[in-house]
Amino acid sequence: MLVSVVDIILLAFLVVTALAIVRLRNLFGVVMLSGIYSLLMAVIFTLLDAVDVAFTEAAVGAGVSTVLMLGTLSLTTNQEKVPTHRPIVPLIVVLVTGATLIYATTGMPRLGDPDAPIHHHVAPRYVNESGTEVGVPNIVTSVLASYRSYDTLGEVTVIFTAGIGVMMVLGRRRTKPKPGEKRADSEQAGGAA
Amino acid sequence: MIHHLIPRVVVKLLIPFILLFGLYVQFHGDFGPGGGFQAGVIFASAFILYAMLFGVDHAQRVFPAGFISLFVAGGLILYAGVGFAGIALGGNYLDYNVLAHDPVHGQHRGILWIELGVGITVAAVIVKIFYMFSGRGRD
Repeated sequence: MLVSVVDIILLAFLVVTALAIVRLRNLFGVVMLSGIYSLLMAVIFTLLDAVDVAFTEAAVGAGVSTVLMLGTLSLTTNQEKVPTHRPIVPLIVVLVTGATLIYATTGMPRLGDPDAPIHHHVAPRYVNESGTEVGVPNIVTSVLASYRSYDTLGEVTVIFTAGIGVMMVLGRRRTKPKPGEKRADSEQAGGAA
Repeated sequence: MIHHLIPRVVVKLLIPFILLFGLYVQFHGDFGPGGGFQAGVIFASAFILYAMLFGVDHAQRVFPAGFISLFVAGGLILYAGVGFAGIALGGNYLDYNVLAHDPVHGQHRGILWIELGVGITVAAVIVKIFYMFSGRGRD
């Protein structure tokens, strides 16, 4: 009973935060609110006993992405431009997608249902055998790092690629020469030759 | 930059504990919540905190940008290398059972190394992205 009350309060806060993010034109406030949104999500993940996910959400969503968004704001502007037209088509797309998703939830198994298909595929093997096969008390770690090691290798590659992408986009030196000034790199090349 | 005295003192006191907590999350991930990904983020956040209050130039004196780039690739290479170590010792790619005489011990060893690889890459990528963002507006 108490848990469901807490759930409802947290989800209500989530909705209020999301609506505030949509309404607000000041992007500094939007970044702060999305940090709060991530923090609320982290608490909800904790209530769902997904501690590892909650940890990641709190560290990445509430911490690092807020800092990176603030960095972006310092490079651009912190006021959202007023749209010139009424966003009717996007509104319809969002409403239809949302209605489809809500309709889809009626076909989902109840939260925590032991007969749900997800609990009958590979999960029993992981839960029953992890202790003797891998010997690591935290089953999440044994699934991520041992049973599904290939997937984690892929994830690390994704992070690596994201880092390389940012380096490529933002890390290039500006080589546009000022009028009446020779390019710095061609000068260096001339000096070397 | 404005001289924020109180945040500077507090952050100087906090940073060793943040780094220590990062290491705890890294190497205690087998037993409790956490692992390389979370540890990498915590480790990087300590550097970002330092860079925000003391300036990116000071932070780059501790961890130069070129040095960070090595770690971006190094973690991934370490992870992939554990896979090749499995092949070299007669198992499959990313097979940890062959990394030690006892399969369970081998699993522990494999998980320790790959989590370290994840942590190094994540921390380095985040610090690198922060350097990129903060270095962009200054020229």
